[in-house]
Amino acid sequence: MPTKSDLMPGTLDMLILKMLTRSPQHGYGIALSIKRLSEDFLRVEEGSLYPALQRLLLQGWVKAEWKKTETNRRARFYSLTPAGRKQLGLELSQFEQMIAAIGRVLEGA
Amino acid sequence: MDSLMRWLRKLWIFVRQEKFENELNEEMAFHREQIAKELQADGMGAEPAQYATQRQFGNAAHLQERSHDVVAFGFETALQDFRFAIRQLRRNPAFASIAILIFALGICASVSIFGFVDAALIKPLPYQYPSRLVGVYESAARIPRSNLSYLDYLDWKKRNRVFSSLEVWSGTGYLLKTSDGVQPAPSVRVSAGFFRTLGVNPVIGRDFEPGEDLPGAPSVAILSYATWQKWFGGREDVIGQTAMLSNVSYKIVGVLPREFHFAPRGSADFWTVLDGSNSCEKRRSCHNLFGVARLKDGVPVEMAQAEMQSIAKQLEAEYPGSNRDQGAVVVPLSEAIVGDIRPILLVLLSGAGLLLLIACVNVTSLLLARSESRKREIAVRVALGASFVRLARQFATEGLALVVAGGALGVIAAGWLMGLLTKLVPAQMLAGMPYLNGLGLNSRVLAFACGVVVIAAVLFGLAPFLRAPILDMRNGLAEGGRGSAGRMWRRFGANLVVVELAIAVVLLVGAGLLGKSFYRLLHVDLGFQPDHLATLGVAVPDVTYKSDEQRVALARQVVSRISNLPGVKSVGLTTLMPVSYNGNTDWIRMVGKPFHGEHNEVNERDVSSGYFTALQAKLVRGRFFDDAQDASKPRVAVINEALARQYFPGEDPIGKKFGDGGLTPNSLREIIGVVDDIREGSLDSKIWPAEYLPFNQSPDTFFAVVVRTSQAEQSVLPTLSRTIREIDPSIGIASEETMNGRIDSSQTAYLHRSSAWLVGGFAALALLLGVVGLYGVISYTVSQRSREIGIRMALGAPPESVYRLILKEAGWLTAVGMASGLMCAVIAATLMHKLLFDVESWDVPTLCGVALVLGLCALCAAFVPARRAASLDPVEVLRAE
Repeated sequence: MPTKSDLMPGTLDMLILKMLTRSPQHGYGIALSIKRLSEDFLRVEEGSLYPALQRLLLQGWVKAEWKKTETNRRARFYSLTPAGRKQLGLELSQFEQMIAAIGRVLEGA
Repeated sequence: MDSLMRWLRKLWIFVRQEKFENELNEEMAFHREQIAKELQADGMGAEPAQYATQRQFGNAAHLQERSHDVVAFGFETALQDFRFAIRQLRRNPAFASIAILIFALGICASVSIFGFVDAALIKPLPYQYPSRLVGVYESAARIPRSNLSYLDYLDWKKRNRVFSSLEVWSGTGYLLKTSDGVQPAPSVRVSAGFFRTLGVNPVIGRDFEPGEDLPGAPSVAILSYATWQKWFGGREDVIGQTAMLSNVSYKIVGVLPREFHFAPRGSADFWTVLDGSNSCEKRRSCHNLFGVARLKDGVPVEMAQAEMQSIAKQLEAEYPGSNRDQGAVVVPLSEAIVGDIRPILLVLLSGAGLLLLIACVNVTSLLLARSESRKREIAVRVALGASFVRLARQFATEGLALVVAGGALGVIAAGWLMGLLTKLVPAQMLAGMPYLNGLGLNSRVLAFACGVVVIAAVLFGLAPFLRAPILDMRNGLAEGGRGSAGRMWRRFGANLVVVELAIAVVLLVGAGLLGKSFYRLLHVDLGFQPDHLATLGVAVPDVTYKSDEQRVALARQVVSRISNLPGVKSVGLTTLMPVSYNGNTDWIRMVGKPFHGEHNEVNERDVSSGYFTALQAKLVRGRFFDDAQDASKPRVAVINEALARQYFPGEDPIGKKFGDGGLTPNSLREIIGVVDDIREGSLDSKIWPAEYLPFNQSPDTFFAVVVRTSQAEQSVLPTLSRTIREIDPSIGIASEETMNGRIDSSQTAYLHRSSAWLVGGFAALALLLGVVGLYGVISYTVSQRSREIGIRMALGAPPESVYRLILKEAGWLTAVGMASGLMCAVIAATLMHKLLFDVESWDVPTLCGVALVLGLCALCAAFVPARRAASLDPVEVLRAE
C-alpha cells in the first residue's frame, strides 16, 4: 500500500491553485488540504511547496498576505488572483484532456 | 509583458532581500510548528515530535535556498559564489596573496610589453589609409635601401603607373632666429604633394600647393604643432607671418595637426619645400632624398616593386655613369618605420609571454596543492549533496576571484611600468619613435589583458579537476587519504615543474645570449679611444659663410679657440661623428686599376688635421695631413685599412691615386696614409672602406667637433658651446655629449641593452618561480613520504641515503627540465639570431652557464626539504601515524 506518492510533474502548481479557489490558505494549510483530500495518498514536500509558491507569486497567479490564524498566530496566506483563476482553468482543461487521452490509450491497448 | 512583470517582481524581491528571507523563514517555521503540533496530537512527546519534524523537513537552509533560487536573478548565485570564494581566499591570505602576486607579475610584464607592441606595430599610423603608403628607396650594392637622387625621382615620378602619387622628403636643419638668439631647428624639406599623399591636412592655414616646389617659387613653410605652440604662442594669426630660417625668410602658410608625426624624421619643427635647386639635387649621382608614395587602388607592393625596378633598369641604361647597379626598393611605410624594432619587440613579447606562462603554471600548481589539502572539505560538500556542476562553479569562481584580483593589480602596475620604460628611452630615440606617444592602457591593451585574464580564469578554474577524483568522497573522507590522489598530484605537479624549469632555461639562455651580445657590442673595436672625448655638432649659416675660404677660416678659428681652453688636449673636426652610420659616401676609381664603371662606394669624411690625434686613432702606414693642406695644395687623402685591404690587396697604397669614375683631373687624390679602421657606422654594422679628406680642401657648413680632454669630458661641454658662440652667435650648436654617452645612447646600444635587461629581468623572475615550484614539489614529496622515510630510518637507513632519495627526485626533475629547456632555448635563440651580435645561438659557455646556475638553484631548492627529511625523528613520525 503506497503511503506516499510523488506527484505527476507539473501538477503541483495546479493543485495549489485549486486549493486556493475557496479561501486563502497558508502553506501548511495547502499541504494539509492536499494530504487530506487525497486521503493521505499525496504528500507535498515542503521542499517543493515553498519554491512552487514563489514561482506562482512571480507569475502573478497568487498573492500573499500576512494574517492571523484562528489560533492567533501570524501566517502568510496565499490567495488566487484573477490571472491565477484563469490559469487554473487552463491547467485543469489541459489535465483533463491529458487524462482522457491516457485513458483512451490504455483502453485501446 | 508577463516576463517584464516577472522581472519587476524579481527586482522588488531583490531590493528587499532581507525581508524576503525573514518572511520565508517565518513561514517555514510556522509550517514546522504546525507539523510538530500535529505529531503531538497523535500522541508523540514534544521533543521527539520536534525531532521528527526536522527530519521530515530536512535542511532548512537548503530549503530556503531552493525557494530563493526561484526568485533569484542568475547572477545572484554567482555573487554568492564570489563572496564565498573571497571568504575562502581570505581564510588563507598567504596562499591568496602569493597566487595573486605571481599572476599580477605575469600580467604586468606581458601587458606592458604588449602596450609597446600595440603602439609600434598594431596601432595604425596617423595617416589616411596608412596601409596603402609605401617607402621608396634606391638600392646600391652596399646599401640595400639608399636615398633617391632628385633627378632619378623626377623620372620615377613621371614613368611609374603604380603610384597615385610619389613624393620625396629630406631631413635638414635650420637656424631659427628667435628673441632668445639662434636656435637649431630640425626640419624637413618635402615635395609639394607630401602631405596630400599622407592624407594629412593642416589644422590652420593651407597645405603646400602644386607648383610651390618649382625653382623660383616663394619660400613657404608649414609648422609642426609643437613649434607653433613653442615659438609662435599658438596664435591663429601666425599664418602669413614670416620665420627667419638660416637667415632666409619663409612665409608661414599652415600648421600641422597635434597628432601628426612622421617617425622616419623624428622631431621636425619646420616643413619647407624642396625645389631641387641645391647643388646635390642637380647631380644624378647625389642621393639625398627619401621617397613616400601612395599605391594606386588594387596595386600590391610587389607589383610596385617590380615596376620601379624596371624603371631603375631603364635609367641604368640611359645614365650608365651615375645609375650603374642602382635598383629600386618599395616597402610598406610601416615596415620602413618599425621594421628595425619589430624583431626586438616580438622577442620581448615572447619573453613576457613565457613569464606569464610560467606564472600561470605556478599558480596552477599552487591551486592543485591547495585543492589537495581541501580534499576533505570537498568530500564533505559532495556528501552533503553538492552537485558536480555546483562544485565546478565554485572552483571556477575561486579561480576567477584570483585572476580578477591579480589581473587588476597587474594592469595597474603595467600602466605604471609603461610610463617608467618610456622614461628610460633616451630623448633622442624617443623623438624617432613618436608613435610611442600614445602609449598607455588603451582599449586594445585592455582587451589583450582581458583576453589573458579570461584564459587564465578558465585554466585556474579547471585546475582542481585536473587531478582530483573529487567525487570520490569515500577516499576523501577517509583519514589520511594519501592514496592515489597524492601520487597523482605528485606526478602532475612534477610535470608542471618540468615545464616551469624548461621555460626558465629558455629565458635564461635568451637573457644570457642577449647579455653577451650587448657585452660584445660595447667592447667592439672602435678604432679610437672613446673616453675623455667631448663632442658637439655645429651648423654654420651658409648665407654668412658663402665661400670655402670663409668656412676654412671659421673652422681654423674654432679649433684654435677650443685648443686654448684649459683641460683640452686636442681638437678635431669631421663632417660626420664616428659611430653614427655608414653613409655620406663617395664613388671612387683607382688610377691604374681595371675599371668598368662599377660604383666603388666608400664612406667620405672631411676631417681636420687634428682629428686623428684627437680620436687617438692609430696610423698604420704613411702620415696624416696637416692644417696647411688646403685648396692651394695638391689634393691628398688618408684611407682606412678596410679600403686598403679591398682595393689594394697585397700592395702598399701609399702614393697611389684615386679619383671619381671619370678620373676628372681635379678629383684626383694621392693616398698619403692608412689609418686603423675607425668605426663610422653603428656598433653592430660592418666596417666600410673609408676615405678621410682634409676639411680644408672640401669644407662644409655642418661639422662635428671632437675634443680630447685631460679632465672629465662632461665638464668641458658648457665651455665648448660658449666658446663657439663667442666666435659667432649665429652659429647653431646641437647634441653636446660625451663620446661614451653618445655610444651608450646610440640606438644600437640602447636596443641591445634594453632587450638584454628586460629579458634578463624576465629570466630572473622565471628562475625564481621555477625554483620555488621545484621546492614546492619536493617539499610535498617529503611530507607525503615522511612515513616511508621514517620506516627506512627506523630500519637503519643513514641520513645520507635519505638525502640521496630526495635529491635524486629533484635531480631527475631538474635534469629533464634543463634538457628540454636547453633544446627549446637553442631553437628560440636561432629564431632571434637577428638580435644577436657576434654570438651564436648555441653559444656553449652561455648554455653551460645557464645549466650551472639552474643546477645550483635547484640544488638549494631541493636541499631544504631533503634536510628536513633527513632530520625526521623516526619515532615521532611512526607514532604520528
